[in-house]
Amino acid sequence: MYLVIISTLLALTGITVFAAFVDLGRFNIVVALLIATIKATLVVLIFMHAKYAPERTKLVIIAGVFWLALLLFMTLSDYASRVDYRGVRYPISQIISHSIEHRI
Amino acid sequence: MHRTGALFGQFKTLEQQKDTATLGMWIFLVTEVMFFGGIMLAYTINRHTYFHAFAMGSNTLSLGLGGFNTVVLLASSFTMAMAVWSSQTSRKKLITLFLSLTILLGFVFFVVKYVEYAQKFHHHLVPGKSFDIFYCVNNPTKCEDIDAADMAKEKEELEVAAKADPDLNAHAQLYYSAYFGMTGLHALHMVIGAGLLFWLLKESVAGKFNAEWNNPVDIVGLYWHFVDIVWIYLFPLLYLIDRHK
Repeated sequence: MYLVIISTLLALTGITVFAAFVDLGRFNIVVALLIATIKATLVVLIFMHAKYAPERTKLVIIAGVFWLALLLFMTLSDYASRVDYRGVRYPISQIISHSIEHRI
Repeated sequence: MHRTGALFGQFKTLEQQKDTATLGMWIFLVTEVMFFGGIMLAYTINRHTYFHAFAMGSNTLSLGLGGFNTVVLLASSFTMAMAVWSSQTSRKKLITLFLSLTILLGFVFFVVKYVEYAQKFHHHLVPGKSFDIFYCVNNPTKCEDIDAADMAKEKEELEVAAKADPDLNAHAQLYYSAYFGMTGLHALHMVIGAGLLFWLLKESVAGKFNAEWNNPVDIVGLYWHFVDIVWIYLFPLLYLIDRHK
């Protein structure tokens, strides 16, 4: 069982390196984080025995992930939509739209 | 504290004792998630704001060394999981074997990390007064470890990036601050983990762990796997930005 998991993890590492060399535009980071999350989930569920843990331990794990999601979502949505007193948008939103039009 | 065999006085059963220990460790790990989460959030905002500099910085990292370390750390997670399994099934010799392997792989990680850090000092890529992202391109004789083809490619990319971002050197420092901050904190966690593993090794040689009493192995295992998860995210975030150019 653990051998299957470690093989999957190593294979996913190979895939993530391979995917980094393919030009997917702004989806490169999406793919990279998706693969990282699959790997992290495998480690949590199997290596860390979360799959076989009592419900209340699972609740703590889910609450932790949820809290992290709140932190990321609230802060990033603020940065992405913020307009300063001159009516100028914060660089993050400009750069995001820039990077779609002309990436280096 | 009253203790009957493996069972401490405040618990009714071994199972309850184990659930309590695991729950406590997970609560600690959740605080660690928030700790690293905040740093990664700061990284994300800087990465989007100064994308050219971050991509340039990432491309100066060694993918070979980083990838190798990822494999080493994943393997150490596997040996740790095997150590936990051995303790739960009372295979006393195997516990010692797998703990030793985990420590060994941890040290391989440190050695590679040392090589990487030394290279960055050598290439003037440590944030501070002497930081210079153009150092190797301007002084090729001082960076002989980079081969000519890579150097030419780096020069070309630097020229394009410098046009897109006039303050490239300052922003590349932000990337390297994130790199040293994140990998440094991760390495600090590994130092603590290695210390705990040495303690487990000592106890396992004394034959203290068996199917009834293996909570320390289990708890340190959770910690070690968590440190592995942090690296699972750090690797693509730091080493794999815009590699396809």
